[in-house]
Amino acid sequence: MSLVADGVSAGYHGRRVLTDASLTIGAGETVGLRGPSGSGKSTLVRVLALLHAPDAGHVTLDGERIAGVRHRVPASVRTRIGVLFQSPRAASDPRLTLADLIAEPLRAVRHPRERIAGRVAELADRAGLTADLLVRRPHAVSDGQLQRACLARALVHRPRYLLCDEATTMLDASTQALVAAVITAEQQATGMGVLVVSHDPALLSRWADRVTEVR
Amino acid sequence: MAETAVTTTTPGRAGLFRRPRFRAGTPVAALVLGVAVGAALLVPMIAPLDQSAVALGRAALPPSLPHPGGTDDLGRDVLHRSIYGLRVSLLVGVVAALAATVIGGVVGSLAGLLGGWVDRVLMRVVDTISALPHLLLGIFIVAMLRPGLGAVILSIGLTHWLSTARIVRSELLSLRTRPFIDAAIAGGAGRTRVLTRHLLPHVLPKIALATTLMIPHAVWHETSLSFLGLGLPPHLASLGNMINDGQRSLLTGAWWASIVPGAVIVVVTLAIAALAARGRDHLDPRVRAELNL
Repeated sequence: MSLVADGVSAGYHGRRVLTDASLTIGAGETVGLRGPSGSGKSTLVRVLALLHAPDAGHVTLDGERIAGVRHRVPASVRTRIGVLFQSPRAASDPRLTLADLIAEPLRAVRHPRERIAGRVAELADRAGLTADLLVRRPHAVSDGQLQRACLARALVHRPRYLLCDEATTMLDASTQALVAAVITAEQQATGMGVLVVSHDPALLSRWADRVTEVR
Repeated sequence: MAETAVTTTTPGRAGLFRRPRFRAGTPVAALVLGVAVGAALLVPMIAPLDQSAVALGRAALPPSLPHPGGTDDLGRDVLHRSIYGLRVSLLVGVVAALAATVIGGVVGSLAGLLGGWVDRVLMRVVDTISALPHLLLGIFIVAMLRPGLGAVILSIGLTHWLSTARIVRSELLSLRTRPFIDAAIAGGAGRTRVLTRHLLPHVLPKIALATTLMIPHAVWHETSLSFLGLGLPPHLASLGNMINDGQRSLLTGAWWASIVPGAVIVVVTLAIAALAARGRDHLDPRVRAELNL
């Protein structure tokens, strides 16, 4: 059981930013990914999240080679991979309250309505989001609070793999610790594989089982 | 005793004397538009107009208490007819603007969502139509159809959708690459849900604003077509017809026959444009900040 990028090359508008990258995230494993700015770390995350089509190579999810990206991949496959983006503000629909933000992926796959509220409350509690925060919109909360809501959203489908694209870079130390603790607890409970992209060698050495470098 | 550091901030002069800027134009525009729409709706109920009645005995009377807008060369009350003309102009303006919005919205959505060759082909069509003068194209469309209200609305709808298509396309192109759309797709949202839940709600306020800004354009277009004899039949009151009829009276000194309907259209379209501009300011956060809204 693993999420694998095999010989992936990718770019934007004909400009190659990632060449022949290979990476394996095993179940229950935490893989660190580091590299200089512009080395293609975020592009590799987008390819692994099935959001960006590689120019060459392919992604394999639990032994199944994935053809296509975005809406061409069935929702049941896409939701096996959770993504935590670098900027919570850019990754949040500014119209939704934090509760709606967390519930939205469940509503999108027509999860039974009566179970949604319970799942949102459970994840909000784990992410340290109080009831008064859940009714606020993104502009009315801090980056740390919003990233915690985004973390709850990323975990809402109980993904088998979680991709954290420099997700703690702009957070204070206590929020970084909380995010890492929530992810680790989920990992221990479900055997989720985690990819941590970061510039911070100290964070990677503490958190990741092994670290891969993109050049 | 422990010393406590207290930081206080004192508002400067700018802070003390800063007041939200009051723009008198907005309530005035709202009042003008309210009166105009109220008159257009109520006057036909209170004082119905016989569109084909003439009274040569009181032809070309200057503005007075019984006839505040004067009378034309057929003895018809100019202000009364202007209000009837305004009904036509507002009806045509609103319906044509909505028609243009629907056409522009569909074309812009297809171009913005599908991208690729669909986007390229549709945008070249938009560029080609943009290169043609609107009025000439409108005249051509009306000339192809039976003259009347429907032809005028169709003519305006088919010539005024271009800006809406461009707005919708550019908004969708910008939105669909935003990380929150990626997050929605990764979370399992299908195409329809992404469109209805995450894309359209962000575009709709701008579409509504574009539609409102289009109404004055549509009103002027209708007036121009009627002025050229391509709008409503000449005996029916329309602001364009009235200005066209009234221009003959200018030579005999009866300026009111064309100036009054002209003033009605200028004032009403300026009021609509002012309110739409205010709406645009509210939608743009940078302008909001500058205006202290």
